[in-house]
Amino acid sequence: MGNILLSGLTQGLIWAILALGVYLSFRVLDFADLTCEGCITLGASVTACLIYKSVNPFLAIFIAFLAGCVAGLVTGVLHTKLKIPPILAGILTMISLYSINIHIMSFATGTSGTANLSLLKFNNGTIYSKIRTLLNSLFDGGFTKTAVSIGVGIVSCLLVIGALYWFFGTELGSAIRATGNNEKMCRAQGIDTDFTKIVDLALSNGLIALSGAFLCQYQGYSDVNMGIGSIVIGLASIIIGEAIFSRTKSFFLTLAGIVVGAIVYRLVVAIVIWSGMPTTDLKIMTAIVVVIALVLTNALNKIKKTSGKKSDKKGETENV
Amino acid sequence: MSEAQNPMLSLKGVRKVFFPGTVNEKIALAGVDLDLAPGDFVTIIGGNGAGKSTMLNATAGVWPIDEGTIYVDGINITKLSEYKRAKYIGRVFQDPVTGTAGNMQIEENLALAARRGERRTLRWAISSKERNQFRELVATLGLGLENRMTTKVGLLSGGQRQALTLLMATLKQPKLLLLDEHTAALDPKTAAKVLEISDSLIEKNKLTALMVTHNMKDAITHGNRLIMMHEGRIIFDVAGEEKKKLTVEMLMEKFSQTSGTDFANDRALLG
Repeated sequence: MGNILLSGLTQGLIWAILALGVYLSFRVLDFADLTCEGCITLGASVTACLIYKSVNPFLAIFIAFLAGCVAGLVTGVLHTKLKIPPILAGILTMISLYSINIHIMSFATGTSGTANLSLLKFNNGTIYSKIRTLLNSLFDGGFTKTAVSIGVGIVSCLLVIGALYWFFGTELGSAIRATGNNEKMCRAQGIDTDFTKIVDLALSNGLIALSGAFLCQYQGYSDVNMGIGSIVIGLASIIIGEAIFSRTKSFFLTLAGIVVGAIVYRLVVAIVIWSGMPTTDLKIMTAIVVVIALVLTNALNKIKKTSGKKSDKKGETENV
Repeated sequence: MSEAQNPMLSLKGVRKVFFPGTVNEKIALAGVDLDLAPGDFVTIIGGNGAGKSTMLNATAGVWPIDEGTIYVDGINITKLSEYKRAKYIGRVFQDPVTGTAGNMQIEENLALAARRGERRTLRWAISSKERNQFRELVATLGLGLENRMTTKVGLLSGGQRQALTLLMATLKQPKLLLLDEHTAALDPKTAAKVLEISDSLIEKNKLTALMVTHNMKDAITHGNRLIMMHEGRIIFDVAGEEKKKLTVEMLMEKFSQTSGTDFANDRALLG
């Protein structure tokens, strides 16, 4: 049981980065971006391919991030410049990524139609094994694979949260937040809303690919179907996180809440599987959880709005 | 207008047709010519569908016009996109929700407006110096908002949001201020207060402004020039002393004379 929970925690920390990426599109822009499904696989495939080609695994993670940014950029251009509706723009990129991911993995093996890559042969070539070797040589051993994975997960999540907190406090970041809030106002204030949307989607998918890069190195393989349902997992993590930190006004805590949400989701999954539910039923379970959570949030928002209106009117008579 | 100066706004033969070639075809602007001298504060009246808001939207670049040219201070902006024109133009809309970002704080909204027409960089969105400046500016509104600078704008009343939008539109001196029925959604007392704020901001910053209104009395008492529109044309244009002598009755008469129809609009009469 303890092992199951630890592996849930590790996976949660990896999927948390995906959830943060989904937050950038789904919450910041109110854009349900299905690029996610192909993009996590893109991150994994690029990383696996580069490790096959003996590229430094840390560099591979960075390149995977950039590849994800390009995928987001494509979705952004499809939506803003070619006027394709958000869901469809995401689906088009996602389905294209299916072919692209197979091409990337085929490039690694030299066999066309390669749909998965195992890193078994390159066991010492992942960031996890490299960091573990380094730590063990520095401190006379004692670092298990799990400990290293959890450490890497915590550090990477902290770095991503820190970077996002900084970015959304800048002029550009705050213009992006405003774009998701009120586009007409943004244009009246001289903000190029096409540009802000593209930047946000690129960043969002960069993070999703980053999560795929970590996942690939952690589990030791990349598979063309590994992204199926990933957007729902991201949404579930966001919703759980928001439920836990529902009272916070701090952006930092909102982001931290999403990480906690992703971990909670993975722990629940670990326990459910441990209790004997077939893993193939997970996806429908997740979907049901998301539906229930969305319905509950809508109902709660309704209650909030009606009580909010009353206090608005009070403010008016007091002040104007 | 002195001859040496460019007009601050110049519309030359501006034409816009909505739904062309369909049964719903509507000539919204039928070749409008208008020159505003620097410092002009022009009120615009006219019945529903006269083209008042359409003229403001054409100037702001919400959609491209079919014919004609638009200059702001001598710069041809006809082909510029909406967000690029924002460099020269400040706007306040009819719906108080439209002008501000409701999920963002008062000071965050002001910081966005302080960079109108500039590139958004990776510098911090708001400096502590700006924070103090914004607080002092908001205090001049006299609404007590200076103590709520980190409140989300969505929690403010309609009047407070319009006052804030006015401040945002004028924070970075615009060449032209467009007020599109910006008091129409407010109760009379709040509307009067927002108009008072508009007047004082326009006077203080010596702005050139266009204000669309349904209220004839407001159109007469505010600004130095008044134009009346009908079916996409300017049918009456009066300024200076002559405008000061106008009454609602004279405007009504002028309207039926020029347009050949009655100004049958209760809102315009009673508002």
